[in-house]
Amino acid sequence: MSVVHLQHAKVSLALHPLSEGDGRPLLLLHGLGERSPKALAGPVAGWPGPVHALDFTGHGESSPSGSGGYTAEVLMGDVDTALAHLGPCTLLGRGLGAYVAVLIAGARPTQVRGALLCDGIGLAGGGPVPGSPRVIFADSGGNASPDPFALAELSQDVRPPDYATAFIRQANELSGLDRPVSVCCVERPAWLEAVVKEPGVVEANVEEALRGYAALA
Amino acid sequence: MSHPIDLSPEEEAAGHFSGAEAPTRRRSVQSHGLRLVVSEWGDEAAPPLLLAHGGFDFSRTFDRFAPLLARGGFRVVSWDQRGHGDSDHAPLYSWDADVRDLLAVMDSIGAAPIPVIGHSKGGSILTHLIQACPHRVSHFVNIDGIPFQKTPPDVQDHERTKLLARELSGWLDHRAAAATKVRRPGSLDELARRRGRMNPRLSLDWLRYLVRAGARKDPGGWRWKIDPALRPGGFGPWRANWTLGRLASLPVPMLAILAREEEPMGWETTEADVAPFLPARSRAVSFETGHFIHIEKPAEVAALVLEHLS
Repeated sequence: MSVVHLQHAKVSLALHPLSEGDGRPLLLLHGLGERSPKALAGPVAGWPGPVHALDFTGHGESSPSGSGGYTAEVLMGDVDTALAHLGPCTLLGRGLGAYVAVLIAGARPTQVRGALLCDGIGLAGGGPVPGSPRVIFADSGGNASPDPFALAELSQDVRPPDYATAFIRQANELSGLDRPVSVCCVERPAWLEAVVKEPGVVEANVEEALRGYAALA
Repeated sequence: MSHPIDLSPEEEAAGHFSGAEAPTRRRSVQSHGLRLVVSEWGDEAAPPLLLAHGGFDFSRTFDRFAPLLARGGFRVVSWDQRGHGDSDHAPLYSWDADVRDLLAVMDSIGAAPIPVIGHSKGGSILTHLIQACPHRVSHFVNIDGIPFQKTPPDVQDHERTKLLARELSGWLDHRAAAATKVRRPGSLDELARRRGRMNPRLSLDWLRYLVRAGARKDPGGWRWKIDPALRPGGFGPWRANWTLGRLASLPVPMLAILAREEEPMGWETTEADVAPFLPARSRAVSFETGHFIHIEKPAEVAALVLEHLS
């Protein structure tokens, strides 16, 4: 199965098909500085439908910005581009990918059929409130993967708890799911502490959560 | 100015506006591979100051205001922000990227502290720059660029918190279309009138002048040069009170120039809103104008600015 390249504004995104199957796709979202896995491993291997993995802008085989400008909201647009190609998916996000999964679960509530939030790099971002203002520099991005600007900017974006919970409320209101988000991680930055207290968010292990979402109509 | 298509006499005439002067010099600066176009007015040997435009504007929107500062004895330097005016369209846009670009332009002027003047979003990114690099700035003038209760309409992904399903899906739908989107063509007058919807207090002659500077003509008609991937408004985690609360920390004197008339692009921040947060040796002044105070009252605003810098 070969990589599919999708265009998101000026960026070419790499979507990796990892396995075939019947039913709704599972879409894997990697952590900060990571890239999509080459093969299925662990509990996701039991997913009945096809499994895909998306390289975020500036990661893996997706093209970099070179001149920065990375935000979690732009990565949410990356996932939206994949959803437009695949149709409704269940999402499994690691670290930064878990935060992005929360954003897209709220922004495209009918396209995201459950999101699993897992430990991974970049879960905390830049914390709940801004620190002292700074200009973010990185070694010239060029075509390096991961783009040094992605690492610098996406490790410092502010993530207020009530911003994250606003997306959860959108998911609760509009997805039609009882439990649109499953928290499967140990690390609990402030935004996730708030998210886990919201209705519609459950704490579960990955296997349970995958079974629950696989059983959804 | 060269155009691939011949201009009618009326279109030629639109390129003239009383008191407006095209930049004395144009050059470019590289910001991490992105080419930013810099406009300068006045004597190159005069003391420099920096002008930052607002969202969806470009440096030549200062063609009326900047010459007045140049005549006051300054080398006036401005730049087209990424995606705006004649600068490169970027793969990505963000607040942090704009601040980094701004510093690249400042580096091209020199390392000594200089006065900075920003309108709207330009005032807001300068506020960030001064806090991050206080050693680079001597004086600050902020023209309707202080966020208060109303979320500014011309910033992307930064100041807004309002989350509505429609806003989120509208933003994503716009991004989904951005790969193939081109600016809608029209006659010079159509573009001027379209811009007039967001700038209702500005004269049609001025808006026509802006079309000549900020749009180009191709066989399909006139199109704004701004990257069609850019979209007014947006949403994001930033809170207006984070910016406002830190104004008091600024180590340079600030002149805040505010507008008393509401209009679509206005930030609606009043003198009373700003008063508790003014840094030392600073003041706020308001005009009976809309958001584009320096365009409605160029001579008055320039006089205030020159007094602040003296």
